[in-house]
Amino acid sequence: MTKLIPQSEQELADLVRAADGPVRIVGGGTRSAEQLAGRQELSTTSLSGITLYEPGALTLVAQAGTPVGEIEAVLRAENQMLAFEPYDLSDVTRVKGASTIGGVVATNASGARRVQAGAARDFLLGVRFVDGQGQVLKNGGRVMKNVTGYDLVKLMAGSWGTLGVLSEVSLKVLPMPEHVMTVGIVGLSDENAVAAMSAALGSPFDVTGAVHAPACIEEEPFTMVRIEGFENSVRYRAEKLKDLLGRFGEVITSENAEGWKVMRDMVTFSQSARGPGGAFWQLSLKPSDAAPIMAGISDQFDVQFCYDWGGGRVWVWAGEDVDQEALHGALQDNAARVGGHATLIHSETALAVPKFQPLSPALSRLTQGLRQKFDPRGILNPGLME
Amino acid sequence: MQMPTPDQGIVARKDHIVARLEAVLPRGAVVHDPIQTRAYECDALTAYKCPPLCAVLPASTDEVAAVMRICHEEGVPVVPRGAGTSLAGGALPTADSVILGVARLNDVLETDYDNRFIQVQSGRTNLSVTGAVEEDGFFYAPDPSSQLACAIAGNIAMNSGGAHCLKYGVTTNNLLGVTMVMADGEVVQIGGAYLDAGGLDLLGLICGSEGQLGIVTEATLRILAKPEGARPVLVGFDSNEVAGHCVSDIIKSGILPVAIEFMDRPCIRATEAFAGAGYPDCEALLIIEVEGSDAEIDDQLARIVEIAKRHNPVEVRESNSAEESAAIWLGRKSAFGAMGQINDYMCLDGTIPVNELPLVLRRISEMSKDYGLDVGNVFHAGDGNMHPLILFDANKPGDLEKCEALGADILTLCVEVGGCLTGEHGVGVEKRDLMAKQYGPEDLDIQMAVKDVFDPKWLLNPAKVFPLEASEGRRG
Repeated sequence: MTKLIPQSEQELADLVRAADGPVRIVGGGTRSAEQLAGRQELSTTSLSGITLYEPGALTLVAQAGTPVGEIEAVLRAENQMLAFEPYDLSDVTRVKGASTIGGVVATNASGARRVQAGAARDFLLGVRFVDGQGQVLKNGGRVMKNVTGYDLVKLMAGSWGTLGVLSEVSLKVLPMPEHVMTVGIVGLSDENAVAAMSAALGSPFDVTGAVHAPACIEEEPFTMVRIEGFENSVRYRAEKLKDLLGRFGEVITSENAEGWKVMRDMVTFSQSARGPGGAFWQLSLKPSDAAPIMAGISDQFDVQFCYDWGGGRVWVWAGEDVDQEALHGALQDNAARVGGHATLIHSETALAVPKFQPLSPALSRLTQGLRQKFDPRGILNPGLME
Repeated sequence: MQMPTPDQGIVARKDHIVARLEAVLPRGAVVHDPIQTRAYECDALTAYKCPPLCAVLPASTDEVAAVMRICHEEGVPVVPRGAGTSLAGGALPTADSVILGVARLNDVLETDYDNRFIQVQSGRTNLSVTGAVEEDGFFYAPDPSSQLACAIAGNIAMNSGGAHCLKYGVTTNNLLGVTMVMADGEVVQIGGAYLDAGGLDLLGLICGSEGQLGIVTEATLRILAKPEGARPVLVGFDSNEVAGHCVSDIIKSGILPVAIEFMDRPCIRATEAFAGAGYPDCEALLIIEVEGSDAEIDDQLARIVEIAKRHNPVEVRESNSAEESAAIWLGRKSAFGAMGQINDYMCLDGTIPVNELPLVLRRISEMSKDYGLDVGNVFHAGDGNMHPLILFDANKPGDLEKCEALGADILTLCVEVGGCLTGEHGVGVEKRDLMAKQYGPEDLDIQMAVKDVFDPKWLLNPAKVFPLEASEGRRG
């Protein structure tokens, strides 16, 4: 089947209107959607380019198919950044391609700084998109504060293309920190690591990342807390955190920020556990629930995992020898029990499971109702969020 | 201001409806005496008034659900009301509507410092959320000017901001979960004490929906550790334009102040007369506040002063103590009161790209002359959220209409330069009829389609947000 590659927003609208069956929306092709295999592909790669960049207003507008790398390079030249740290999981998924900004927004992909600065959805100021009937629609704009009408901007972020095909996004950007330091502790149990990260995140020292790599992925478990800003301030806060966390173990500080990229992109997994047939989940939990749940899961399944967001997010990886469907069920059951959600981010073989945490009947009805309005024919990435 | 014609059938059934509501609520929770319902005839947008059919004051999610079931069965519109501080008429009733006030829903349900959240009932005031956690070193970040009075329910409905949202974000960035009663009385939970609610971002959709999608009765909010300290610097300039450039330069520099507040000459003069804060006599002043340890504050203030000095300020006043900080903030905090002393005013809320500040301020001053109405500007410059205050005399025939026309022109200008009609106050009734300036018919239609899903009978706050002619076919 030929790929549909619209060259303009108008052509995108025309193609969606003319579509006579379900389409699979593809940006850089870095996110798997095996349940959509065989569907007509609709690629946004030709809708590419930065439309507007105002460093003095901290705003950038780009067409949805613009590669994230291109945006980050332009921002770097002005000492600015996408503060929500979109991750690149291509090392884990072994899918080669360049993530697009539309894909990042559509999946609300956010990294470690989410605990302090917010997620992709928090930096999204406005969207243009084509709905399931081929209408070009817009919501929000390019200003920092906007409560003019309903916030469909948030709704589109994280809707995985199921409500519309993004054609343009406008984002708030932030200055790049002048200096970065990491405060680390080696050898903590998961429970103590989450407690240490909670202490750091509950301190006034403006922690911008808190991750823990447990014994299942590192010989020596390590816990990292990040501080950013002007150099003197960073040094001061690093010392303060060293004192604060001293009760958990020996605290070391480092000026090397490379570990944060490794953790963001899960390169650790890809090095130690990479292989065919793997599957990969994201859990969002109350931080104090994370360690007990993962202790129970690792009793039953041979999994690898690590903690982000101070324990609020757990990445879980399982190889092909694990009963992935049973594991999936256990992750979602646990999330449902304590409050939270587990999402299958990637699997190399199709699993007969609901990829997203099942919703309560009421929320499911609302969700279906919204899909019916945005995409009455049910042609945009159908089933992808189920 | 046009409002829909009240349904006389509902008005005629008032006794029956009141009796049904009284049957499911405690004594005193249904206000129906025409003298008492006048307390609910308007919110802080006092230009428009209409007493409701009655008002109810439920004290639990179950009671709210019972009220909603009855109103749904009876086909009665429901206007949710937080503390009634809306500047946009978000809680303006119609004669055939029931006001649902959340004032009695004010408990703290759970506080969790390890996981950094608080769960409260939605009628709790914004400031008392911080009040519940500040002894333990935490605070709730969004801080609308009305925070002493305004309720979390209203903050969620309008996605309220405040002076410090430059660093900490607005309500939607600090909201983790809600318990919400739907128009038909069904209770739903969205999100909880974890990040990103899961599934479609319904939480993000609810926040800022002006009470049109459901009644939020409980909220889980993110709390943060209080910074070690905070201090402002005040910088005076001899032109608005230069002050605007200075804001842009500070933002670009990598410093992230918690607040950058702007006041122009009319506001400075009025607040001096009112509060005597000792502000310099100049065209424009900025109050820029930073946080951290003493040394961190000194360092950031020094960087800000260095940038400001490139713009030839007429005065730079760095705070070195709590007293000096209070003195710097005194004028800003009394600005609205001071303007109110001079005359009636209308407060606008358009937001513009920060780099357009100089142009927009110049155009506002020209329009002010054309209309012959004074305009003062006091606003959150760091995020471009303007608050032009148009002075008028409510007793002078035609003045309100002239003021509204000038307001519409200013907001249209905000949209033209790439901004929006409202940054933190909401659309309500006030900006309802300007929505077409910002959105095309299809863009409004998809928003109204969202309401169709949550509230098919359009009973919740039906005459707000959307131009009446646009929503007419849906309101039934």
